Amino acid sequence: MSGANAKPTLTGEPRSGGRPGRPVRLVVNGRVHEVTLPAHRTLLEALRDLGYVDVKNGCEKGDCGACAVLLDGKVVNSCLVLAWQAEGKPITTNAGLGTVEHPHPIQEAFADAGAVQCGYCTPGMVLAAKALLDVNPNPSEAEIREAISGNLCRCTGYGQIIEAVQVAAGKLRELSGSGAKESRLLRGERAAESLRSPNGPGAVATPGASLTGERAAESLRSPDGSGAVATPRGALTQEGDVSCLPGSQEHLIRRGGEGR
Amino acid sequence: MTLPVFELVQPRSLRDAIDALAAAPGMEPIAGGTSLLVDLRGGRAKQEVLLDLGWIDELRGITLDSHELIIGAMATIAEVLRSPAVAEHASILAQACASFASPLVRNRATIGGNLAYASPAADTAPPLLALDAVVELRSVRGRRQVPIAEFFRGVRKTARRPDELLASIHIPRAVPGTLSAYRKLGLRKADAISVVSAAARVVVDQAGRCELARIALGAVAPTPTRVGKAEAALGKRTLTSEVAEAAAKLAAEATSPIDDVRGTVAYRKRAAEALVRRVLMELVEKGGDA
Repeated sequence: MSGANAKPTLTGEPRSGGRPGRPVRLVVNGRVHEVTLPAHRTLLEALRDLGYVDVKNGCEKGDCGACAVLLDGKVVNSCLVLAWQAEGKPITTNAGLGTVEHPHPIQEAFADAGAVQCGYCTPGMVLAAKALLDVNPNPSEAEIREAISGNLCRCTGYGQIIEAVQVAAGKLRELSGSGAKESRLLRGERAAESLRSPNGPGAVATPGASLTGERAAESLRSPDGSGAVATPRGALTQEGDVSCLPGSQEHLIRRGGEGR
Repeated sequence: MTLPVFELVQPRSLRDAIDALAAAPGMEPIAGGTSLLVDLRGGRAKQEVLLDLGWIDELRGITLDSHELIIGAMATIAEVLRSPAVAEHASILAQACASFASPLVRNRATIGGNLAYASPAADTAPPLLALDAVVELRSVRGRRQVPIAEFFRGVRKTARRPDELLASIHIPRAVPGTLSAYRKLGLRKADAISVVSAAARVVVDQAGRCELARIALGAVAPTPTRVGKAEAALGKRTLTSEVAEAAAKLAAEATSPIDDVRGTVAYRKRAAEALVRRVLMELVEKGGDA
């Protein structure tokens, strides 16, 4: 989760094959990065160069799912997406779902169920689970197996992972069922998602002001519905978390009305 | 391992895309990239310039009109899988999409890319052959429709000309009396390339006789292919287990598979026979229900 603060030192250097590339705007966990990349740079490479090392490089063939990210809310292999193809679209990595202090219920369930052994598949598994539970809050075991069928785990034998997804599903149902969404602060990915535009890229600068929870979400939503909000850690977590962003390479830009 | 260096042209409209192709025919279109990028990385494909179709809204979407289902070439496999119109009028296509690679790949891979890449094992091809689909190609010279049975010309070869783009796939609406079934044999349940796949569709009359029969196979010939002799064995007959058995034998005889890591010629022939028998038996059972 500290990854988001790392400097993109490798970007645009030797691996560009001598070609300078062009500026590309990547919106990762709600944060906007402007980086210069050549056309053949994959999203996986770009993300890891930016410090999002929770995105793992496994097979580079789309077989293992270790490099999974959510792109526009859908789980994809980032090794099979070119960085240019992800331009402006919301990208979520495992670290964007929650922090060690405030883990996402799925992350919590993975830890509790013993679903993490070597950990290499875990970020991708968590995101595959997230993609499933976003559309199917009460999946059967078969549906869970299907949803993680593009993510290989060589440690667990999958039993604990499936259990973790079941536990997480229950927890998330409980949270939404109790009306928690309305009455409590939105946490992690939920907050980030509520701020994200359903139909496209774009980010809205967050003011330095302290805004909390749902109220923050409402006030930051771009009026034309086409903007998302970038926040320091990719998510509004607690009171006062919306503040200015450190680092010179990454900055927040108002572009709610722009095209792609 | 990084990808070899290439340029990427990113048109925002179909017009711009076909103009770009007209100016540089042979430029390789990239749709979902789930096959092409793997081949580029592995050195099996070499391209200096790719044409990214991912920003062209006109190539997306699935619509149903009064006589056909129209699937944009850039509709992802996941979108086809979820489409109610596909479920109603092309259920065997939805079935093929359900066992297509993995959920992650299905969110990127497109139906047009799957066809244009023309793998003998392309998952969406046998159902589309059985459904009498037509593909529409667009270029600066206009539009051209090609029946899918004439689209595949060899391993990785299609009827698409260098300045044409595959724009959409057209499937006639299902008529009353339609029965269809699909099976795929892979080496594992998920994320597997077909060893053999089979799709069948029949339209039966009031008396239960086949008025029309389509049987198509994947991964048993240089192209996905219909098996005409097996189809003929169903003609004007009532579907029974004996008819299914006979047609399955004819289908297997018509195949020309290869030995590869997924199976031998002998295995593929036996598997093709078994799969055709099973899809036809499924139709026998469905016919009995109707």
